[in-house]
Amino acid sequence: MKPFTILDGLVAPLDRANVDTDAIIPKQFLKSIKRSGFGPNAFDEWRYLDVGQPGQDCSGRPLNPDFVLNQPRYQGAQILLTRDNFGCGSSREHAPWALEDYGFRVLIGPSFADIFYNNSFKNGLLPIRLTAVEVDELFAQCEANEGYRLVVDLAAQTITRPDGKTLHFEVDPFRKECLLNGWDDIGLTLRHADEIRAFEAKRRAEHPYYFA
Amino acid sequence: MEAQTLYEKLWSSHVVREEADGTALIYIDRHLVHEVTSPQAFEGLKLAGRKPWRTSSIVATADHNTPTDHWELGIQDPVSRQQVETLDANIRASGSLAYFPFMDERQGIVHVIGPENGATLPGMTVVCGDSHTSTHGAFGCLAHGIGTSEVEHVLATQCLLQKKSKTMLVKVEGRLGLGVTAKDIVLAIIGRIGTAGGTGYAIEFGGSAIRALSMEGRMTICNMAIEAGARAGMVGVDETTIAYLKDRPFSPEDEAWDRAVAYWRTLRSDDGAQFDKVVELSAEEIQPQVTWGTSPEMVTTVDGRVPDPAAVTDPVRREGMARALKYMGLEPNTPITEIAVDQVFIGSCTNSRIEDLREAAAVTKGRTKAANVRRVLVVPGSGLVKRQAEREGLHEIFLAAGFEWREPGCSMCLAMNADRLEPGERCASTSNRNFEGRQGAGGRTHLVSPAMAAAAAVTGHFVDVRTLD
Repeated sequence: MKPFTILDGLVAPLDRANVDTDAIIPKQFLKSIKRSGFGPNAFDEWRYLDVGQPGQDCSGRPLNPDFVLNQPRYQGAQILLTRDNFGCGSSREHAPWALEDYGFRVLIGPSFADIFYNNSFKNGLLPIRLTAVEVDELFAQCEANEGYRLVVDLAAQTITRPDGKTLHFEVDPFRKECLLNGWDDIGLTLRHADEIRAFEAKRRAEHPYYFA
Repeated sequence: MEAQTLYEKLWSSHVVREEADGTALIYIDRHLVHEVTSPQAFEGLKLAGRKPWRTSSIVATADHNTPTDHWELGIQDPVSRQQVETLDANIRASGSLAYFPFMDERQGIVHVIGPENGATLPGMTVVCGDSHTSTHGAFGCLAHGIGTSEVEHVLATQCLLQKKSKTMLVKVEGRLGLGVTAKDIVLAIIGRIGTAGGTGYAIEFGGSAIRALSMEGRMTICNMAIEAGARAGMVGVDETTIAYLKDRPFSPEDEAWDRAVAYWRTLRSDDGAQFDKVVELSAEEIQPQVTWGTSPEMVTTVDGRVPDPAAVTDPVRREGMARALKYMGLEPNTPITEIAVDQVFIGSCTNSRIEDLREAAAVTKGRTKAANVRRVLVVPGSGLVKRQAEREGLHEIFLAAGFEWREPGCSMCLAMNADRLEPGERCASTSNRNFEGRQGAGGRTHLVSPAMAAAAAVTGHFVDVRTLD
């Protein structure tokens, strides 16, 4: 996993609540057996005017000019601003894969769906929860100022706005440590293999019917 | 000892170790695997030179991509076929407790086959790379969906890194009216608490109306806990649970059964256990439900009307409603019963079990598909459900009505195979998500119970199933 430390990135606003995983990456693109290459199909049904097919080269497809991420001013955005309950729906990790492959490294919103939130951290994508008021202000500033950027510092747990104001955000210490270092959590867990084996042996003795 | 909730009992019995910040390593008893979210996990394992920890925890099947007709032709779509073949190769190489490949007589939707084979048992932790894994909580398990990185983590370590959830009790007391089903209960719950209402919580469903439900009904409810934002939904163990599990292929037998049952009977919330949140509904007040928008919380009763965004003050919500109505092609204040449908889908991990098919058949019997309905798909949840339905003659009722009787699979719940809506088509669906494009790009989904779906199929529009004579 790519480590995440500090990002100074362009911000794009997606002013919708309940953006679901089917919107982030429609199911016809889940047939790939790889982890990469989902970016061109991120938000496919909102982003293009035609119906996309898996495996299709998206570079020549007609873009929907009304979709906010297609506006020239948001090209190259690495920070996505969004509303409540982003990532609701499926557990498909293709959703964070698509966002990461599109170029996003940070998502900012008032709330995220649980499974999506968890999946994001596993892929070097930092979801940040701020208060509804803070998110409202970011939307207003972002929409009013072309080239609007934010500086996200994971170690300090801060977001710095262009006007100099600094916002603090919360993140679990364990997730933070993993993301800062780009650690593979399987490797971390396997350090406790003896404890897992001991637990398993005890469980097997107490409840043999779970081990049939 | 302090009174504990069911969730607390399940949680504490699986903690291997805990970090200072509360992140815990949780032991996983059952790992359900399907073709869409597992290939990258097996590949990751292989690349890192790791072996699966305990393959006897794995129960696998192909369901999302598989066709539901013309099985003799195999899987025509080459991309789908590759995914199913990859699953096949991975499971055959790793080994498993059970594998029900494409066309196997016990193949089916992963959340149908686990319980019907007794591979989902009370007291287990059950995970799967699929958000509707919450279904299995109906058996007094801690069951939830995981992402592919976590699938790989469970394969490699038999554990998951988790933080303890908050607890919510959704209590439904009283008796359901005739024609009102588990699906209506859960849609009413989502309408009440919203699609993010359960975020951060594990929901236990309780109260006399839940205890009166069959295991099929409880699975329908727990299945949609995720649509209320909760990763896990659950119901305490009682005699209904135990009776269902007796003599299933992977259920314990003889002395092991007695020992298991003695433990399982403890898997309910203690009297006086404290929940972080309690929501109460009266069963008598629940009416047949129909969703009108693009989120399961956008739901009303069949005698209701499409709401008017103009009446909503919150701008984000108002615009969300307006966008949903535009996508759905609906005008505010339209009576729900005046909405005509083009297709009907009876199936999915929410509503494809034998009881669901019986409910749909009871409404369909002696009636035929309305002329304006282009297609009615009835897709049983598994090969076993299909054969049971055929023994009961349900398929003849569906076929006589002009419905299609298909092979098992996820089918048009998410339209990864050939079963889908055309742009602009409207569907009465017994599935769980009415998201934009879910059943096909541009398709419009209304979530309903199996009885309500059958009623829409034979009348051509939504209708209160209780008014059909």
